[in-house]
Amino acid sequence: MIDIVQLLIYGIVLGSIIALGAIGVSLIFGILRFAHFAHGDLMTLGAYFALVGVAGMNLPMFFAFLLAIAATAAVSIGIDRVLYRRLRRSHPIILLISSVGVALMLRSLVQMIWGPDNKIYQAGVQMPWIVGGLRFKPDWVMIVGGAAALMILLHLFLQRTRLGKAMRAMSDNADLARVSGIDTEKVVIWTWLIAGVLAAAAGIFLGMDTRLHPIMGWKLLLPVFAAAIFGGIGKPYGAIVGALIIGIAQEMSTLVISPAYKPAVAFALMVLMLIWRPTGLFRGKVL
Amino acid sequence: MSLLLAEDVYGGYGGTDILHGVSMEMDAGEIVVIVGPNGAGKSTAMKSVFGLVHVREGRVRFQDEDITNEAPDRIVARGMCYVPQEHNVFPSLTVHENLEMGAFIRTDDYTAQIDRVYDLFPPLKEKRRQPAGTLSGGQRQMVAIGRALMLDPKLLLLDEPTAGLSPKFIDLIFQRIREINDQGVGILMVEQNAKQALGMADRGYVLVLGRNRHEDTGRNLLDDPEVAEMFLGG
Repeated sequence: MIDIVQLLIYGIVLGSIIALGAIGVSLIFGILRFAHFAHGDLMTLGAYFALVGVAGMNLPMFFAFLLAIAATAAVSIGIDRVLYRRLRRSHPIILLISSVGVALMLRSLVQMIWGPDNKIYQAGVQMPWIVGGLRFKPDWVMIVGGAAALMILLHLFLQRTRLGKAMRAMSDNADLARVSGIDTEKVVIWTWLIAGVLAAAAGIFLGMDTRLHPIMGWKLLLPVFAAAIFGGIGKPYGAIVGALIIGIAQEMSTLVISPAYKPAVAFALMVLMLIWRPTGLFRGKVL
Repeated sequence: MSLLLAEDVYGGYGGTDILHGVSMEMDAGEIVVIVGPNGAGKSTAMKSVFGLVHVREGRVRFQDEDITNEAPDRIVARGMCYVPQEHNVFPSLTVHENLEMGAFIRTDDYTAQIDRVYDLFPPLKEKRRQPAGTLSGGQRQMVAIGRALMLDPKLLLLDEPTAGLSPKFIDLIFQRIREINDQGVGILMVEQNAKQALGMADRGYVLVLGRNRHEDTGRNLLDDPEVAEMFLGG
């Protein structure tokens, strides 16, 4: 029993990290109608930017975090301005493939600058708290709390602000948004900003929980997409629920099968959802 | 000074022209109706005015300024708003949020305008917290027209506002359009219910195969035997 609760806790931590990536993928799909394959590597980049803050500039983690999310948001807006914007009228497949190119470029860049080896934010072993036989790492509080805070901020942005509503409107019907006079390019820039911030946060949290490696984000891309599709792509709230379900299912699966099959669990859940309800849990767009 | 003037417009989607010389003119506060058989280019003519169809040749002027091929979001800012025939609401946004999106470019306080829309369409006030996608066809049309009224436009373009509605709602929508017009808003509309539409129109244009065929007052077009035979079922 205690094992199951422990796995549930691992699952919530993993799910929080996946959710931050999946929200971005879902928002980008809703606004620009393409699957952003560079999202995992954007997470990696965010994680390494924080490493610059922590190890290079000796900043406290909180400030390194702020620096990294700002830098990653700037990079993601920059990529859109330089590359994706020119392909706005192309077929979504062309955008998807160009994002695979961006993924490779970002990954190689990380490898060139920081090398192919594992890195960690802070040396030394963090002693877990033991409560009633359950192990908690202090970092997890920051990961789950930080992810929850970002999601609440996103929720307030989408529901309360003029630009957030315009983002939902454009996701509903981009043509109608345009004829209503909504500045759709501005909405696109804000979408990249938010997606970049959330991706960087996901990467940093993943780095805190495990370690930094140039393919850390790429390896998380499958569960991220599985979560976005499971929840209904284009629906950010669906992405959160999908991510928690997939994160928990991945950890629970280790009770019965080898942990090496964790990504397969995400994939299987996605396939089952596509068979049962192709629009996903929250009735998103059809791919 | 005319409110809207389209002179000898040629254009269409991609390479082929759908419009082969369409001309239209309307004054401020008028109701003008475009009728014609299927494939006559009625909706295309309206979209060409709003910058949604590329005008290859010819000119469009609004309030004496050239707006030929201007982007829709700039035309909106000039005081011309457009209600598409289909997919004309944001389904996951509430009724209230749909109206707010209509006012996106306004920087002033527009609560009075929202109240005016609710006065015009009282059912929307009751359902203002409900997603627009859950409303009936007639109520969605009210949301769509309400959204386009948020900028207090001088000209409202309506693409078949009564398509697919029950007779009860058709009468109601026409009645509301007349009320909107009474407040000084010019109305240019494409309509399948030609009899009713021409009956309330100051003037009408009959398009056939992308060209002007007839233009006259609504009354005269209704009385014209050729027009009657073509579209009004005799």
